[in-house]
Amino acid sequence: MAEFRFKTPLTEADVRQLKIGDSVLLDGVIFGVRDGNLIRVFDKNVAPPCDWKGAALLHTAPNVRKIGPGKYEPICVGTTTSMRMDRFTEGLLRDYGVRAILGKGGLSQNSAALMKQYGAVYLSVTGGAAAMETLQIEEIEKVYWEDLMPECIWQIRFKGLGPMTVGIDAHGGNLQADVQQQAKDKAAEILKKMGITS
Amino acid sequence: MEVSDSFYALVETVCRDLYIKSLKEIPPDVVESIKRAAAKETKEVAKRIFSHYLRSIELGKKENMMVCQDTGIPIYWVKIGGKLRLDGSKLEQAIIRGTERATREHPLRSSIVSPLKRENRQTSTGDHIPIIHYEFIADSDVLDILFMPKGSGSENMSFMKMLVPADGINGIKKFVLENVVGAGAKPCPPMVVGVGIGGSSDLCMTLAKKATSRPVGSQNPDPQIAALEAELCDAINQTGLGPQGLGGDTTALGVHIESAWTHITCNPVAVNIQCWRAERRRAIITPDGKVEEGF
Ligand code: SF4
Repeated sequence: MAEFRFKTPLTEADVRQLKIGDSVLLDGVIFGVRDGNLIRVFDKNVAPPCDWKGAALLHTAPNVRKIGPGKYEPICVGTTTSMRMDRFTEGLLRDYGVRAILGKGGLSQNSAALMKQYGAVYLSVTGGAAAMETLQIEEIEKVYWEDLMPECIWQIRFKGLGPMTVGIDAHGGNLQADVQQQAKDKAAEILKKMGITS
Repeated sequence: MEVSDSFYALVETVCRDLYIKSLKEIPPDVVESIKRAAAKETKEVAKRIFSHYLRSIELGKKENMMVCQDTGIPIYWVKIGGKLRLDGSKLEQAIIRGTERATREHPLRSSIVSPLKRENRQTSTGDHIPIIHYEFIADSDVLDILFMPKGSGSENMSFMKMLVPADGINGIKKFVLENVVGAGAKPCPPMVVGVGIGGSSDLCMTLAKKATSRPVGSQNPDPQIAALEAELCDAINQTGLGPQGLGGDTTALGVHIESAWTHITCNPVAVNIQCWRAERRRAIITPDGKVEEGF
């Protein structure tokens, strides 16, 4: 389990070094995305108003305070469950060149295969520990699609976001899926021991 | 005892404060169980995750920060003393206004939308939201309000099944274990697993939710149910899902079961999961306006 620190945007070489279980800190601009804005990009075919080449996208859920036109400061910015956005992985990697998806709870084996193909990783942020994450924000630089509040696209500059755990690497590894499969096997074994088979 | 009009104004500010404070101070029983789990954890990744939990708990308390960003679905469990004379509709309005004020005055993210149009009033309220459960307590003259800002990562991991009597207790065990493992990393484990057994389908789910509001590790007073709680908790922890589903020794902080009697042909079971932050906060208000806060 190695430790890494990168500055965004990320290159394919950056992310190909990572293995599941490694720990990663990120500096620089990270884009906050979630259900509402990704639905607009992919289902309503509205191109994102920012450049996502080499980007790290965070499945985020911000509480903010408005301090001026289009300007917000963070109150509490945390991470939301990624699986709801699983079907957008392919478009994000193929069409927009995203290199890292950051979120909690993991993504599917299908996303893992796509990350291997395109050279990208999934970084698992510690869900619920938003207080810690909020203090790692330097500035909310820009907000796109404010009409979707709070599901806008957030351009946030972080200093040392993490440490995150590599959940999916660019070699087909998927830590959360492996752990869950082992847990399922174990549960079947426990039920058998309890004499519960059907 | 008849309450005065200022009582409802007090309920309003108390509800506002319950919402805000519940997001910042994790209940002591939850903190203790996270600390115990962290201390005995053997896996490196899991130890790191626990250190993040503990750091956020500390920031919440010492720096007055929200521990987790999810302002949740506002849920109130209200116990009305049988000796308290009050106007129920005024009480309900006060609770709703308190919820809106917390959202506006802090400010908090409003997480509540209409189901189809997905329209957000930015007040954390909407049709039937906040959710308010009422119970009446004989020989009491206080108003006891327990608030939970129920996070969606765990709320989305809710499961209900109308088992049949022939499925027996074994059917219940299987349902709970398989669904908790199926939830995996999504509800931010280690979790508090609430289980409802019996009742009708709707009551069963409510019991599961109510079970998550009990202090972590508390036992059902019925020894047979308490034994089932312990057995299921042990089984879940053997699965090794661990914090954030990244692998580890503790997956459940506790399994809490609440039960009701049911129909001769029914054997309902429901699971409602609470995430590691297991947030809740209580206020007990006396008719003359004294407030005692707790969890
Ligand atoms: S599941 Fe719970 S702890 Fe995790 S992010 Fe959601 S509300 Fe917070």
